[in-house]
Amino acid sequence: MSEALFEYLLRLGDNSLILGHRLSEWCGKAPILEEDIAISNVALDFIGQTQLWLGLAGEIEGAGRSADDLAMLRDAWDFRNILLVEQPNGNFGDTLMRQYLFDAWHVLLLQGLVESSNDRISAIAQKIVKEVQYHIERSRDLVIRLGDGTPESHDKMQSALDRFWPYVGEMFIVDTVEQHLIDDGIIPDTSALRGAFDAEIAATFDAATLTLPNSSFAHQGGKSGTRHSEHLGHLLTQMQWLQRAYPGATW
Amino acid sequence: MTQEKSPEWPLWEVFIRGQHGASHRHVGSLHAPDAEIAIKNARDVYTRRKEGVSIWVVPTTAIAASNPDMKGPLYDPSDSKPYRHPTFFDIPKDVGAM
Repeated sequence: MSEALFEYLLRLGDNSLILGHRLSEWCGKAPILEEDIAISNVALDFIGQTQLWLGLAGEIEGAGRSADDLAMLRDAWDFRNILLVEQPNGNFGDTLMRQYLFDAWHVLLLQGLVESSNDRISAIAQKIVKEVQYHIERSRDLVIRLGDGTPESHDKMQSALDRFWPYVGEMFIVDTVEQHLIDDGIIPDTSALRGAFDAEIAATFDAATLTLPNSSFAHQGGKSGTRHSEHLGHLLTQMQWLQRAYPGATW
Repeated sequence: MTQEKSPEWPLWEVFIRGQHGASHRHVGSLHAPDAEIAIKNARDVYTRRKEGVSIWVVPTTAIAASNPDMKGPLYDPSDSKPYRHPTFFDIPKDVGAM
């Protein structure tokens, strides 16, 4: 039981960590100053969430590993983030589309986690859900404006949607790890969130004049850790190099 | 959506009401494609450290300003009229800050 919980907390923490790091890659070079500040704010929100989830994961594991240890001293195959968040940023439209698809799922998940039978998880979710409600407000607005913008921005958003769509399915797959926790009322049934997710994105893409790809193919293997894409290793190389080169360094 | 072919987003003036302040105060300006996004950008640029509880944005072009060259005629005449200041009244302590 606590093994499943540890595994699941890694999924939550790693999603936030990897996506937060990806967003931080825009710091200083987003297309416009205001977006640079906003996206860095969101990146910091995610790193804050990571500290809470991985901190709790370390406690549950009981092996004395801190959130920092888990973030900086694991290799790619030990990460449990979904494949969507490790995909490279692409152009700014790609980043916003990846963000919107994640936010649309994330906000539903957190609303479910607020109801968790585990008090610690519920308390963290209550804190985080407010940040995430803002994230989706922002990413939804920008997806609509760029989709329904100029012919060039529309085409870029459509190709971003086509690119990331195959990574959506993994978010809703329930495996044995999650089934245990669903049975105990610790997490919501992720597969049951799909209806609300589909309604959310249908309304947004309609307003954005974007067409949902007619395919339900889903890449898998991120949250189980069995088949991460090559991109994760490159990301970790950059993110972890300081702890690897100077073990135990603090500031 | 675009009326003018400018690559720049329009400029907005941002007003924020602080935690305890009664009125919105001008804090700066920013670029945004429309009012909704301007409010979101203002939230991210100007309220990161809990500076406020309410945001107004106004298109900079909607603000009419007094002419700086008219500073003399506009403001100097009030220099020599101290009787306009309410300093000759005793304000009861109970009134508090005015």
